[in-house]
Amino acid sequence: MKKLIQFFSTVFLVSFALMFLVNYLNTSEGYAGRNTITVFNWGDYIDPELIKQFEKETGIKVILETFDSNEAMLVKIQQGGTAYDVAIPSEYAIEKMKEEDLLIKLDHSKLPNLKNIDERFLDLPFDPGNEYSVPYFWGTVGIVYNPDMLGGREFDSWNDLWADDLKNQIVLVDGAREVIGFALNSLHYSLNDTNKAHLEEAKNKLIRLQPNIKAIVGDEIKMLMVNEEAPVAVVWSGDAADMMWENDKLDYVVPKEGSNLWFDNMVIPKTAKNIDGAHKFINFMLDAEVAAQNTEYVGYATPNKAAMELLPDEVVNDERFYPPPELTDKLEVYENLGQEMLSYYNELYLEFKMHTK
Amino acid sequence: MKKLKPSTIYLLIMLLILYAPIFYLVFYSFNSGGKMYAFEDFTLEWYRELFSDKRLLIIVLNTVIIALLSSGIATILGVTGAIGIWYLKKKQAEKVLLSLNNILIVSPDVIIGASFLILFTIAGIKLGFTSVLLSHIAFSVPIVVLMVLPKLQEMSASLIDAAKDLGAGRWYILTKVLLPYITPGIFAGFFMALTYSLDDFAVTFFVTGNGFSTLSVEIYSMARQGVSLTINALSTVLFLFTILLVIGYYFISKRNGRLAGLGARK
Amino acid sequence: MKTVKVNKMEKKSRNIFLIPYIIWIAVFVIIPIILVIYYSFVDIHGHFTLANYKKFFTPVYLKMALTSFWYAFLITAITLLISYPTAYLLTKTKYKQIWLLLIILPSWINLLLRAYAFIGLFGRHGLVNALLEVMGIGEKQLLFTDFSFIFVSVYIFIPFMILPIFNALDKINPSLIDASKDLGASGWTTFRRVIFPLTFEGVKAGCQVVFIPALSLFMLTRLIAGNRVITLGTAVEQHFLVTRDWGMGSAIAVFLTIIMVLTMLITGKRKRVIKSEKA
Repeated sequence: MKKLIQFFSTVFLVSFALMFLVNYLNTSEGYAGRNTITVFNWGDYIDPELIKQFEKETGIKVILETFDSNEAMLVKIQQGGTAYDVAIPSEYAIEKMKEEDLLIKLDHSKLPNLKNIDERFLDLPFDPGNEYSVPYFWGTVGIVYNPDMLGGREFDSWNDLWADDLKNQIVLVDGAREVIGFALNSLHYSLNDTNKAHLEEAKNKLIRLQPNIKAIVGDEIKMLMVNEEAPVAVVWSGDAADMMWENDKLDYVVPKEGSNLWFDNMVIPKTAKNIDGAHKFINFMLDAEVAAQNTEYVGYATPNKAAMELLPDEVVNDERFYPPPELTDKLEVYENLGQEMLSYYNELYLEFKMHTK
Repeated sequence: MKKLKPSTIYLLIMLLILYAPIFYLVFYSFNSGGKMYAFEDFTLEWYRELFSDKRLLIIVLNTVIIALLSSGIATILGVTGAIGIWYLKKKQAEKVLLSLNNILIVSPDVIIGASFLILFTIAGIKLGFTSVLLSHIAFSVPIVVLMVLPKLQEMSASLIDAAKDLGAGRWYILTKVLLPYITPGIFAGFFMALTYSLDDFAVTFFVTGNGFSTLSVEIYSMARQGVSLTINALSTVLFLFTILLVIGYYFISKRNGRLAGLGARK
Repeated sequence: MKTVKVNKMEKKSRNIFLIPYIIWIAVFVIIPIILVIYYSFVDIHGHFTLANYKKFFTPVYLKMALTSFWYAFLITAITLLISYPTAYLLTKTKYKQIWLLLIILPSWINLLLRAYAFIGLFGRHGLVNALLEVMGIGEKQLLFTDFSFIFVSVYIFIPFMILPIFNALDKINPSLIDASKDLGASGWTTFRRVIFPLTFEGVKAGCQVVFIPALSLFMLTRLIAGNRVITLGTAVEQHFLVTRDWGMGSAIAVFLTIIMVLTMLITGKRKRVIKSEKA
């Protein structure tokens, strides 16, 4: 009996001691203080140096948490019980969040750096007047490929992916909208199509793509392409830029049938606890120098005009990543299709994923 | 050299395969090349990075805290439960309780995780430390019950009767007869719960949030972001730590004459 | 009269032990089950529906269920084929507890870490491909294949299959085997008629600990199989954490639970597993 009491008292004492230690660490790192903000961001989507700089300048500690799809992000915020102060969803997710009343209106007076943003990216249909959101990065979806591994082959159409000799070569990004979207595009339909016959056609076409698919993953694609584990991948433009930075054999193309044009934006969800800190963070990220540094780190296209002036010409003039307006006009932005249709997309996507070789 | 028997060779091959991934991780944790192939130069850089990473340290500590607290609480709950079941005279009631008890043991992790997620959402419990701790306690309790109950059942009823005849009170019987007798079972249950908790990924993955993370969940997200040799360095440290624990545990249990709770988990 | 009163009092105090335990059962066993069943009858708008089950019985989900079973079956069978001889040989070694400890030890390293190691091992430039190259077979795609998924799953489950079989083998009275031999039975007959039946409980227990988790693996399908293998577990995870269609996720969960109960009934109680895991 004595042995038991001794043992369990030790167990609890040790755990409480450890809890104090963690608490101490959290405080010394500033995570536990009142002056923190929790930023909910995509994986590897911000330069960690900038977070340090922000913490130093403002004394606000940043807790970074990541997600890997708009849907997963939405689930966490809808679910509640979390305290995200800033989130960075894409435009169709923002529409949805607006609909479900999950966002707080931004106080533009606290965001003087908003003037740095190119007007082309302001006042977009998903958020007129930028009441709730501020652009963070923008880009496209396209094909990144390694010509060396494919005997100099080039891509310019989505339909090139269906080639017989690409067996087991293609890596896809794991997103229902992205995958079904490019299948719709390859059939010359809109990627916001809600016609069930068209969607069925797209799904059947995707099933025919199955033999060529190597994997359907997320952040891993970068490693797979850089290490030349795979020769072709369907990815977001910025990820492609990142890969090309590390492996200069790679090339990126936005297929001629059209593709997705997307905007990731900073918002303040209803879960926010430190609204003032959140505004400070957003304003900080809009600063020209900060945005330029972040762009160099992340590799996506910045909507920040002032930052673009600070970036090397070969970066901002690269039409693969900064397509001019006449090109982007041909691209489509995802629309919020509504819960019903989204479920249908997910169903089709699951069906496609289950059709393995 | 002594010739190896085929059976020994088979076992050695098994060991080789079982340890290959671990040694692979350990080996490349010293690679200055930054990749899990093409070993360049020996470096301790990744260890330096690991130990300067306070966030990771906090996660490791959190994992340990959750494991210790949850197994401690689960052991107390489980032992009282087992004694309660043992006292039950009605076989029917015992059967029902045991079947309910077993449900959590046999359920796939995904379902436990999903159903707890619903539970916490409806109960309005904030996802994070509390929800993870509660879940770990929840799935550890039945393990403890199953480790303690057989001990109780093998204790002869005459032992209790004898104590009663000698005029021992209920409290006395509990603390001086019952608990000492089942102590090995209690420890076995505790360590089993500890391993379950340390190794859990799926349940935690479902019910965590607010930046709270345990090691398994963190490794999952790190592994998806591509190869980082800090993970390798972390595995080396954990491997050494496990070996130390096992050696210590082995000697303690050798003293007690049994290897209780060895190789827990589902 | 007096004794009856004492008994009643005693019973009351004994029942106190059950109170926290029963509360635990109510909150973490009964309520979650009810919630999952409830959600399986609710659509995304919160209305009562049978659609989730209807959807489950469409070819898409049935096919997924079937492939899940097929993979779980393959994994269990291969694990058993490898583990039985291992367990048998273990009981023949001199320091069997140490050997057993050595075999179990890797399973104490975090599962995710070992899975992560395989990403490196199976990569194009990984060790396995380097070996294949040396052996003249040439480079193969290993990662993101059925092979790698089954291999890693088997790898992970081996210790859990070995333990119960080892315990069962260890308990066999050697005189039984001697007797069989004395009676002129060949080694194979002894195995078939004496050893295997005596270890059958252990085999059943081992299959149980492997089969049910194998049905619902989800992180391996992602990390090792690159989503090229979709199990029921993956579907539950997707519905709960990505598409937020809790209804459909719950319907699959209910189905999995029913299968689990059936497996239990067929292979007997799991209780024995834990018991026999105590070496």
